[in-house]
Amino acid sequence: MSSKAWDKIATSIFGAIAFLIVAILIALFGYILTKGLPVVTWDFLTTPSSTVRAGGGIRDQLFNSFYVLFITMIFTVPLGIGGGIYMAEYAKDTKLTGFIRTCIEVLASLPSIVIGMFGLLVFVNLTGWGYSIIGGALALTVFNLPVMVRVTEDALRTVPRDQKEASLALGMTKWHTIKTILVPIAFPSILTGAILASGRVFGEAAALLFTAGLSTPRLDYANWNPFADNSPLNVFRPAETLAVHIWSVNTQGIIPDVEQVANGASAVLVISVLLFNLAARGIGALIFKKMTASK
Amino acid sequence: MKARKWLSFLGLSLLLVILAACGSDDNGSEANGNSEGNEASGSLLVSGSSAMQPLVAAAAEEFMAENSDADIQVQAGGSGTGLSQVAEGSVEIGNSDVFAEEKEGIPAEELVDFKIAVVGMTAAVNPEVGVKDISKEDLIKVFTGEIKNWKEVGGEDQEIVLVNRPDSSGTRATFVKYGLDGATPAEGITEDSSNTVKKIISETKGAIGYLAFSYFTDDSVTKLSVDGVEATDENVQNGDFPIWAYEHSYTKGEPTGLAKTFIDYMMNDDVQNNLLPEQGYIPATAMKVERDAEGNISNK
Amino acid sequence: MKNKELSAQDRLILSKKNRRLDEVRGKIYVTAAALIMISATIAITIFLGSKGMQSFITNGLNIFEFITSTDWNPVGENPSFGAFPFIFGSFAVTFLSALIAAPLGIGAAIFMTEIAPSWGRKILQPVIELLVGIPSVVYGFIGLTVLVPFLRDNIGGIGFSLLAGTIVLSIMILPTVISISTDALASLPNNLREGSYALGATRWQTIRKVLLKAAMPSLLTAVVLGMARAFGEALAVQMVIGNVRELPSSILDASATLTTIITLNMGHTTYGSLENNTLWSMGLILLVMSFAFILFIRYLSSRRKI
Repeated sequence: MSSKAWDKIATSIFGAIAFLIVAILIALFGYILTKGLPVVTWDFLTTPSSTVRAGGGIRDQLFNSFYVLFITMIFTVPLGIGGGIYMAEYAKDTKLTGFIRTCIEVLASLPSIVIGMFGLLVFVNLTGWGYSIIGGALALTVFNLPVMVRVTEDALRTVPRDQKEASLALGMTKWHTIKTILVPIAFPSILTGAILASGRVFGEAAALLFTAGLSTPRLDYANWNPFADNSPLNVFRPAETLAVHIWSVNTQGIIPDVEQVANGASAVLVISVLLFNLAARGIGALIFKKMTASK
Repeated sequence: MKARKWLSFLGLSLLLVILAACGSDDNGSEANGNSEGNEASGSLLVSGSSAMQPLVAAAAEEFMAENSDADIQVQAGGSGTGLSQVAEGSVEIGNSDVFAEEKEGIPAEELVDFKIAVVGMTAAVNPEVGVKDISKEDLIKVFTGEIKNWKEVGGEDQEIVLVNRPDSSGTRATFVKYGLDGATPAEGITEDSSNTVKKIISETKGAIGYLAFSYFTDDSVTKLSVDGVEATDENVQNGDFPIWAYEHSYTKGEPTGLAKTFIDYMMNDDVQNNLLPEQGYIPATAMKVERDAEGNISNK
Repeated sequence: MKNKELSAQDRLILSKKNRRLDEVRGKIYVTAAALIMISATIAITIFLGSKGMQSFITNGLNIFEFITSTDWNPVGENPSFGAFPFIFGSFAVTFLSALIAAPLGIGAAIFMTEIAPSWGRKILQPVIELLVGIPSVVYGFIGLTVLVPFLRDNIGGIGFSLLAGTIVLSIMILPTVISISTDALASLPNNLREGSYALGATRWQTIRKVLLKAAMPSLLTAVVLGMARAFGEALAVQMVIGNVRELPSSILDASATLTTIITLNMGHTTYGSLENNTLWSMGLILLVMSFAFILFIRYLSSRRKI
């Protein structure tokens, strides 16, 4: 065998691997969508789920998923951006910085079930909130924060140095430079990263099993008072999200149409993730246009 | 501008005060009851057994349809969680598929037991094993791994595949205690979910597991009779079929207010005779025999 | 005139004060955000550590026995708590899935950086992001409804097996391995490639002898991070692995992992009971393993040549 022939073989093997991975994704998506889409009707999306009868929908679970994501982002975004700014602009090469970096890595690699167990100890039992949206969101914040920090840090580091130096040369202070120059320039990449991270949060179940719980109280969508028990906006109520719902209908449902509900919910989850990704890409592309044209 | 802010703040605080007065804080400490003597309002937290969750959730749905001021939240989480939470006071009602006395670390003497329903269980087998009736002796041998092939109990020549429940699940505890006379089952696949167990048994050659009666809705799995006694609701009620368990609702001390109203509601004839059987549970009120925490049976 | 000047000066001084205050505020904000990470990590360690040690401290379980004994029988007259089968199961699926995901992931990364850098990336990048986006419950559900019956009918056994867990996990950790490997290969200086080609090496020889060697520590990091993810995955694995308490004797046997035992039994056990405490001890093992993976990655990156 000549080295040329080996080269050809290797190339085709790598091509085959790439093809296989694309095929796996297409197969997964194809399966989920063909099984699930027939179930996803307007009715399915807008009726509450049933624990007993067939034909329940996923209205509340869908709302919960978005609401938990929203509350998580309220915590994560300011903290993550702050942490990212610190790591990119303020962190000196000290032991402390090294330690923070280690902490970020540890948090990023923690199993979500461990985060869920921590949430059960602290946000459910210690605080006395019981299963609640806020507990779930805080657990997901732990899970999502390292991602946000890394995204912000990377985005800030890609800002051209001369932009920063020009600002400093004009006598601007450091924080002012960060606030008015760096963050706005890095903002698109931060946003893209945040949306991609949202996709992960949206489908997370293990960390929520023990924190946001497996049930949803009867919600009255006309009640917008966030302190009322039956208001969808109340953060101290338990909330079963879509991903947790797939889990729970499989484990404890006695509804006859478990499979349909799970298929439909899976399809909705995957489509949501797809939309998140498209949004992130779309924003990325828009920004790219802005950065390259007419500057 | 400022005035408006203050107004809305005041409005919010007023709302808060009113809500707090209704006793709808998170722990739902309903103990103080209602000033108006109307005991079907306020909020109530129920948690525990996943086997009971559908029943209690359905009862709660109907209850709330009749009493629009009441808000009952039924959370799952498992019997252990339910008992723990009711014992520590974080929920008013804790559901369990085992007696509180059977769980470690639960102050059973502080809890009041309401037997809401009865669930019958039996062994479920793959339809192709060719066995419909099994003696208890053989059942124990099958589950302890002494008998490894169905032909030894008069079935097809197929290897036996066991499907178990998690160690502490109430379903498993009941089946082991009354179906296997306490013998420890051999190792097999372990699944928490009745749906999954049913699916595995229906798809796997030679599989046997155990399910509550309510899951025998179609022919995908075969319901085994034990010692010639058919696994039916009537036989459980008469005390002829041994494998059954109570579904308990526990409260810490005597229930008051909404908790009491709701438990009474679950025990009334309408729920017991319509809602329960509809979901495959056996009404506790229809039982002709009783059982205590030690497992002693007596006639009612 | 004078007034105006004064006020301008005043304004300047004032704005300078504001600036300084702003500066301090900004610094406090970002430092606080950074400190929150530290406190979160420490809080998790302390809480899970103390809760996880309870079964050894208050219940007097022997820690060595807990880790090495294979006898797990938490209910009954004299319960025994040997978690070794689950520890073994966790490691087994982790290593096996790494064995599958490493060549595939690194291969895909090579395809994206060396073979078709222009269009390969365009196609594979979104594919990877979508694979990451598929929730683990959905992976588990598909594993349960498609993979398990497929294995049962075509390979043998009952379908629920180490193999099923391995396959699901391999796909789940592929994106991690691919994206980090891609970064590693892309960051290699171009003169490495050019030098190799100048010496008359083919592309495959360049990849094998130069690029893979140079990027090896980073590629290992990619695989280890993937393993860390596999080790902690709970729901997807629980649906397909069978959750058996015995040590598997072949890859077609059902097994159990630490995570699956935790999710199966958490709800059925009462707070503070011995069995419940052992579940927390398993959680602690997961936490310790996370630290171990990070330490290992640290060690790898200290060996980076480039």
